[in-house]
Amino acid sequence: MHTVRYEAPGTIAGALDIMASAPGAMVLAGGTDLLVQYQSGLKRPAVFLDVKRIPEMMAIVVDADGATIGAAAPAAVICADRTLQAWYPGLVEGVHLIGSTQIQGRGSIGGNLCNGSPAADSVCALIADRAVARIAGPTGTREVPVEAFMRGPGRTALAPGELLVAVRLPKPAPHTADAYQRLIPRSEMDIAVASCGVSLTFDATGTCTAARVAIGAVAPTPLLVLDAAAALVGTTVDPEALDRAAAAASAAAHPIDDRRGTAAYRRTVVGVLTKRVAALAAARAKER
Amino acid sequence: MSRLHIETTVNGEPAEFLCAADETLLSGLRNGLGLTGTKEGCGTGDCGACSVIMNDRLVASCLVLAAEAQGQSVTTIEGIASGTTLHPLQQAFLEEAALQCGICTPGFIVAAKALLDVNPEPTEEQVRYWLAGNLCRCTGYDKIVRAVLEAAGEMRSATV
Amino acid sequence: MSAPTFTAVGTRPIRHDGVDKVTGRANYGADLSLPGMLYGVVVRSPHTHARIVSIDTSAAAKVPGVKGIVTGKDVPLIDAKLGMGEGALDLKDLSDNALARSKALYHGHAVAAIAATSLAAAHEAAALVRVEYEILEPVLTVDRAMESGAPILHDTMTTQARPPIEQSGPTNVAGRMELRRGDIEQGFRDADVIVEHVFRTPTSHQGYIEPHACVARVNEDGRISIWTSTQGPFLVRDATAMMLGLDAANVKVTPSEIGGGFGGKIPVYLEPLAVLLARMTQRPVKMVMTRDEVFRATGPTSATKIRMKMGAKRDGTIVAASASLYYEAGAYRGSPSGAGAMCAFAPYRIPNFFIEAYDVVVNKPKVAAYRAPGSPMAALATESLIDEIATQLGLDKVEIRLKNAVQEGDLAPYGPPYGRIGFREVLEQVRNSDHWKSAVKPGVGRGLACGFWFNAGMSSSATVTLGADGSAAVVTGNPDIGGTRAAQALMVAEELGVPVERVRPSVADTDTAGYTDLTAGSRTCYATGMAVVEASRDVREQLRGRAAKIWGVPIEETRWEHGRVEPVNPSADRQPLTVAEIAAKLSKTGGPIIGRAAVNPPMAGPAFAAHICDLEVDRETGCSRVVRYTAVQDVGKAVHPSYVEGQMQGGASQGIGWALNEEYVYNASGVMENAGFLDYRMPVASDLPMIDTILVEVPTPGHPYGVRGVGEVPIVPPLAAVANAMADATGIRFTELPLSPPRVLARLLEEAPAAVGAGA
Repeated sequence: MHTVRYEAPGTIAGALDIMASAPGAMVLAGGTDLLVQYQSGLKRPAVFLDVKRIPEMMAIVVDADGATIGAAAPAAVICADRTLQAWYPGLVEGVHLIGSTQIQGRGSIGGNLCNGSPAADSVCALIADRAVARIAGPTGTREVPVEAFMRGPGRTALAPGELLVAVRLPKPAPHTADAYQRLIPRSEMDIAVASCGVSLTFDATGTCTAARVAIGAVAPTPLLVLDAAAALVGTTVDPEALDRAAAAASAAAHPIDDRRGTAAYRRTVVGVLTKRVAALAAARAKER
Repeated sequence: MSRLHIETTVNGEPAEFLCAADETLLSGLRNGLGLTGTKEGCGTGDCGACSVIMNDRLVASCLVLAAEAQGQSVTTIEGIASGTTLHPLQQAFLEEAALQCGICTPGFIVAAKALLDVNPEPTEEQVRYWLAGNLCRCTGYDKIVRAVLEAAGEMRSATV
Repeated sequence: MSAPTFTAVGTRPIRHDGVDKVTGRANYGADLSLPGMLYGVVVRSPHTHARIVSIDTSAAAKVPGVKGIVTGKDVPLIDAKLGMGEGALDLKDLSDNALARSKALYHGHAVAAIAATSLAAAHEAAALVRVEYEILEPVLTVDRAMESGAPILHDTMTTQARPPIEQSGPTNVAGRMELRRGDIEQGFRDADVIVEHVFRTPTSHQGYIEPHACVARVNEDGRISIWTSTQGPFLVRDATAMMLGLDAANVKVTPSEIGGGFGGKIPVYLEPLAVLLARMTQRPVKMVMTRDEVFRATGPTSATKIRMKMGAKRDGTIVAASASLYYEAGAYRGSPSGAGAMCAFAPYRIPNFFIEAYDVVVNKPKVAAYRAPGSPMAALATESLIDEIATQLGLDKVEIRLKNAVQEGDLAPYGPPYGRIGFREVLEQVRNSDHWKSAVKPGVGRGLACGFWFNAGMSSSATVTLGADGSAAVVTGNPDIGGTRAAQALMVAEELGVPVERVRPSVADTDTAGYTDLTAGSRTCYATGMAVVEASRDVREQLRGRAAKIWGVPIEETRWEHGRVEPVNPSADRQPLTVAEIAAKLSKTGGPIIGRAAVNPPMAGPAFAAHICDLEVDRETGCSRVVRYTAVQDVGKAVHPSYVEGQMQGGASQGIGWALNEEYVYNASGVMENAGFLDYRMPVASDLPMIDTILVEVPTPGHPYGVRGVGEVPIVPPLAAVANAMADATGIRFTELPLSPPRVLARLLEEAPAAVGAGA
């Protein structure tokens, strides 16, 4: 008979010790993916390693250079944070779309990343915002850009025994803003069929000087689309530039048919989303 | 496999129960404490019938381990009324006929209470999005949304 | 006859079971636990179509805590039918569906059941049951099922056909029926415009929030008790007893509160397994389905293919229509194709028509009733074609329907003339509604569609007891699925003049209540309501008798008037007596009063509905959203108007979900890929606007208050109302549901590429 333990250490070191001694330990943050996968038999942890009693994994710390969001901080807390709302409205939009109000009460950015879904709603904005993942392990800590953290459906850059502790975001430069949207058939409660996160920086004349475009649910991992960004940089993000960015996003997508949408559909609408999200980010940035 | 002894607070009262390490809070409430007002509709966090408030935040108790309730505070549908006085939401659900079969009703009332705790004057749109994680198959939501708006107004006028 | 005036009926009291349901005290199927109870789970087929070669339960039996295992061998082979009013149930099919004997006919088909001291032990054992299967090719569509050379699901199946057809060996066509009138060829020759399409609708589920659940116990005297969430406790009793070869007199079924059904909680699935396991272990056994099991193994409704053709004169008069309906039955015969055929043209006067309807078995779960079974899909076809004819002819969408609408005296397509019906009144209310008269916003399309449903009669019983305090209690056998206790209490209050809060309605078990058919067919308020009214009138008669006794006059010198007993010849010592006054003297005038009634009325007057839908379409993504919706319906007489509105709103939203996003997504092997609420996309609160209702009250002859059934017809119009709105918004006629974003965008790109991005 399958037996499982429950552990709730109070420190990172304590968590790493448990992971070292019990290779089948699985991190329980909000549990909104893990417990579903456990109930369906998809995952069989030896230990539920509850990390919510580790203060730095629950904390949101803002300093002069940026923000650090604990990997297990619940979405509801992230979305209520005034600084995050002001600096990264697109990220907050994405985090706010992770599931229902009930899921928001538990789900976290760490879980969204570690679950490894290409449709994860927080990830495109994290990539657009140049976020890095802070990882603790038996040999110390390391940082990995979020676009390199996701390795494929259900797979991440974490090595055995490693723990995602937080994500770190740089403070946005002047005239910079992000945005995120996803496409779903209903108005809520669905997994993204396609998604897009964009961060744009403008100079004083209104010309885009830096752009990051990430698309989700259209490839095995969320993608950073350099061509789409290149289509926007040096422009005023005018309709022609948006069309080129949209075309680049559609071209970069290599989606599949599944129960949530067809490949052809995803490829088309990810372009539509890119256009809409980039326009939204531009409007926000120009207000700053 | 030995069972875990959980000491927690449920509806303002100390409560303790035994559970397996992989048992959900939903099961702990229903089977451990006999609080069957919290319902299971899906077990995957998609229907909201098992909604409870844990430390001031709305959660799906089917996606919380019972063990996580150790030392925490949980509010269930059984704790919404004050003694024999119904909560304004409960009264509004009755008056607006906001339930048909009633299986989703405890989850809706708990979720709506969590909304009014943070936003005493929600718009119709805010009510609809906040409650999007609570499925109702009988009513088409019309009377539920009206009941929540009605209760919110009732509570605001009571506090003036 | 002048219209009756009411004092209680038509008011909106708080429902009597309400406080229990808003405080969490009400007990539903999964809420009961008994001492010593075991937990039962079902082992299900991982294959869509397979012969069961052998089942080895030896390893499973060794798991600590396992107390009993049953397989198809443990179920007696019964070849019998159980009459259920609307159609006989084949017990062999029912029991085969509950536990497969020789073949697994769908992914999720039960092949064994296990009872253990914990759910964990039962699950562990379930994983150790070794079933050897010979995998067969699955049959997943009606097209494939009807091809020659297709795999046959049932070696002995022949077509039940009216009129008879020539049979040539086993078939997947379980049934065929036809209806005709006039000269169909001549009718089409007379038409100025003819439209024809093939429509398809997907498998969709009732989607009740409470999974199936029951507890069974074998008492020391051998009698069996079943607690279960069901729409038909008497059906559970009779079907379970017959399937297991038991005397129904030894089976008592207690209905729990029911967390939704919509027809899906009519069949028995778990109850016979729980009883078998309880008999084997001599301990109570509780069984609760997971949501995954509900989707995979309980009745959805039929996926359908309908070819329909309609011809009309230039002025919009419909002169001919023909239709071929192919409905998937799932694994066993019994799709609602016949009902679909009877409903398809029921709202319209069509002089020449021909309809044939096929009931076709496929390797999917056996379909169950779903709210007006069979009618919504047929209405999608009919109402889409009428919409298209009106568009082609430039006619108003309401006027073309009014021109062809049936009224009293017209023959229903299935035979008899209609009595008093309210279809024209409904359409006139549409025409006069704010919604219909309002301008359509840019980027939005408006659709109108109508629907028909029969409304059942069948058997019901009720008792009404009068307390010495002047209060009353009413007992029936219909589980209260949406406010029927309140409606019954209102009827008692109406008849006896007792305040409705002083009437206590309850739903009793099968030993306590008189025989009562299902809470289904929109019949509870109508038929059981008739029993309640008659039982209350029985009480009234007895009250007259007591008053006569008090006054010392013959009963003929008393009369029921103004909610009390009045003397025909008043005098100083013969003043009118209220119910409370007579009740206070019950013990001195002959003891308690119990009124009773058992009725078996014919079908209620049919119900007609018309819905208006405004749909906003994002032409770049294919996403759409209902932004305004109005449901108009002839409800006969609304006993508790709030719950009538609720039925209309709920039916509309289920239909909207069916139209826009709900569908079983199957892979090539016939495995459902979206068996959960995340990906079986029912409408959520933020998907819908308020749903406006307009209640039209055209009383049904034959019912004391004119009540018609109201619960089912509201799901009939929405499929077509949404599709017609989509056609209005995009200029494209969609004939396949759901109107999911990928399907809509594909057509938009194909047929109007230039328009994409320009609209909205």
